Amino acid sequence: MTARMEQRFADVAAEGRPVLVTYFMGGDPDFETSLAIMRALPKAGADIIELGVPFSDPMADGPAIQLAGQRALKGGQTLAKTLELARRFRMEDQGTPIVLMGYYNPIYIYGVERFLADAVAAGVDGLIVVDLPPEMDDELCIPALAKGISFIRLATPTTDDRRLPKVLENTSGFVYYVSMTGITGSALPDPSLIAGAVGRIKSHTDLPVCVGFGVKTAEHARVIGASADGVVVGTAIVNQIASSLTEDGHATEATVPGVEALVRGLSAGVRAARLAAAE
Amino acid sequence: MNQPPRPNSFRAGPDEDGRFGIFGGRFVAETLMPLILDLQDEWNKAKSDPAFKAELEELGAHYIGRPSPLYFAERLTAELGGAKIYFKREELNHTGSHKINNCIGQILLAKRMGKTRIIAETGAGQHGVASATVAARFGLPCVVYMGATDVERQAPNVFRMKLLGAEVKPVTAGHGTLKDAMNEALRDWVTNVDSTYYLIGTAAGPHPYPEMVRDFQAVIGQEAKEQMIKAEGRLPDLVVAAVGGGSNAIGIFHPFLDDDGVRIVGVEAGGKGLGGDEHCASITAGSPGVLHGNRTYLLQDGDGQIKEGHSISAGLDYPGIGPEHAWLNDIGRVEYVPIMDHEALEAFQTLTRLEGIIPALEPSHALAEVIKRAPKMGKDEIILMNLSGRGDKDIFTVGKLLGMGQ
Ligand SMILES: Cc1ncc(COP(=O)(O)O)c(C=O)c1O
Repeated sequence: MTARMEQRFADVAAEGRPVLVTYFMGGDPDFETSLAIMRALPKAGADIIELGVPFSDPMADGPAIQLAGQRALKGGQTLAKTLELARRFRMEDQGTPIVLMGYYNPIYIYGVERFLADAVAAGVDGLIVVDLPPEMDDELCIPALAKGISFIRLATPTTDDRRLPKVLENTSGFVYYVSMTGITGSALPDPSLIAGAVGRIKSHTDLPVCVGFGVKTAEHARVIGASADGVVVGTAIVNQIASSLTEDGHATEATVPGVEALVRGLSAGVRAARLAAAE
Repeated sequence: MNQPPRPNSFRAGPDEDGRFGIFGGRFVAETLMPLILDLQDEWNKAKSDPAFKAELEELGAHYIGRPSPLYFAERLTAELGGAKIYFKREELNHTGSHKINNCIGQILLAKRMGKTRIIAETGAGQHGVASATVAARFGLPCVVYMGATDVERQAPNVFRMKLLGAEVKPVTAGHGTLKDAMNEALRDWVTNVDSTYYLIGTAAGPHPYPEMVRDFQAVIGQEAKEQMIKAEGRLPDLVVAAVGGGSNAIGIFHPFLDDDGVRIVGVEAGGKGLGGDEHCASITAGSPGVLHGNRTYLLQDGDGQIKEGHSISAGLDYPGIGPEHAWLNDIGRVEYVPIMDHEALEAFQTLTRLEGIIPALEPSHALAEVIKRAPKMGKDEIILMNLSGRGDKDIFTVGKLLGMGQ
């Protein structure tokens, strides 16, 4: 795990609240707007940034993130430019961990060694690669760990006690619990089920457990944050960006402030989470 | 690229992790992993269960109509004036193509696993029809994902699927072809993983699908081998099949892979030519990458984004290819060549007129390659071609292209 990631979890835990992890698609709708969004996130209360890498065939994503990827690709976004986004952001913010999230093929084509070297140089802290389960750890996970980059694994409701140890084996940074079987952007399941699942994972690992998929409002963030170490919000942010664009998909004056306002609300939600739990 | 050393057998793959050399594997979301491991267990059990084999053979004989005939194409042979041409007539199977061989096998597995819902992707609609058919036969609900472009150009099959009780969901993402249908089927599967069996229609996807689909389709090559020995007293000199994802091809190739004297050729969709982007020649014009659960040859750009491709034939309109084909290419056992849209269209007409068989546009690609090669071979040589499907579904597309109206 990078020192930055460790530090951030420690600092937030000291505040007695869960971390807020925010996802958005790099390059949506264009590079410069995307950089402005990224810079706005920590100011609005995000603790960790998941930076989406667009892919032509996002098999685990719902319509909102599919469209965001298409907008980004249309705007000329590539993996190289996504690394450039991270590098530019890092020049001004040394404290906020960046996790790249996407699919394996663009990384495979870029070249794993070259990618890891460039990711380290850009100040990337972790990777979430949807289509690399533990069975494929030799591809990228093991080489990434060797370079000090965390490999964050998704655990799902189908990850039973038999499978959990395998999933957790090479996971580092945090565990991302996907609170339902399904694609991104689906509805939020029952919070009590989530609390149970988080407890089950925590009995197998000391890593922080962040919960995502379906978190849309400050209230969701508050409820989930009561049991989890962190709350991940993605589709809601992507939808917020989409709703601010012109008909032909260009950014407007409302794009960055809209994201800021949403994230400020979510941030208030995670800050209220433990207060509510303690009541 | 350096050629890897020749293995003792070309038929031993995949290894335990589902790899054929560097190709294959299990590149899927964690949600699907437990299910894929279950499927592998069930498949390993079924493979060595005599009751499973007996049920498969029983349905093969009485429901599909196996064995399919081996037919000597006398008039085509005479016209071309070279090698003797034989067709393995998979187009005579129930539902009109080889796809049913795989569907019967997989639905028996789905039943064994206690799954209550079937999903499938389809390009030409042949796999969709075969899936809808076995779902009807076994009383399971079936959802078929089909690219919107394909829904239009393969309308007769859409109607058949609906008659069979399946729900056809058009997919508008991308070019609305097979790749997009497969993405959408995977999304459904991730969402409904507990109840649902994903009946993949070709020898691609995450392990164990490529191996499993191959084994269900290998009946084609096994029968053809016996039939050829009966007819000619020897093996063919050349085996040819069209390659979309690669199931009919691997089905006829696999039993011949270790027979040294048999040359093997897979025919990819060359579309409008390999110069531009309008083709689907993944091996001849693509490069290795990771998509839909496996590493294989793909049409992609320098950033690893998958290209859309084009073929006159919906069943070949896929920017990837099964991983075993990728390996057989690299190791030099099978040669892969492209055939253009217009060549396939000509072959389609040739066969129709000379032999009274209307082939699907997919095997018309294989036929075009046979038409090129036969005249250059001796009269004592033998070609075996997989006639993987019939052309009923294509007559409107072809009619339009030939200006014959409706
Ligand atoms: C008749 C026929 N042949 C071939 C194919 C291509 O698939 P595969 O390469 O898996 O055999 C299709 C696909 O729809 C088909 O319908």
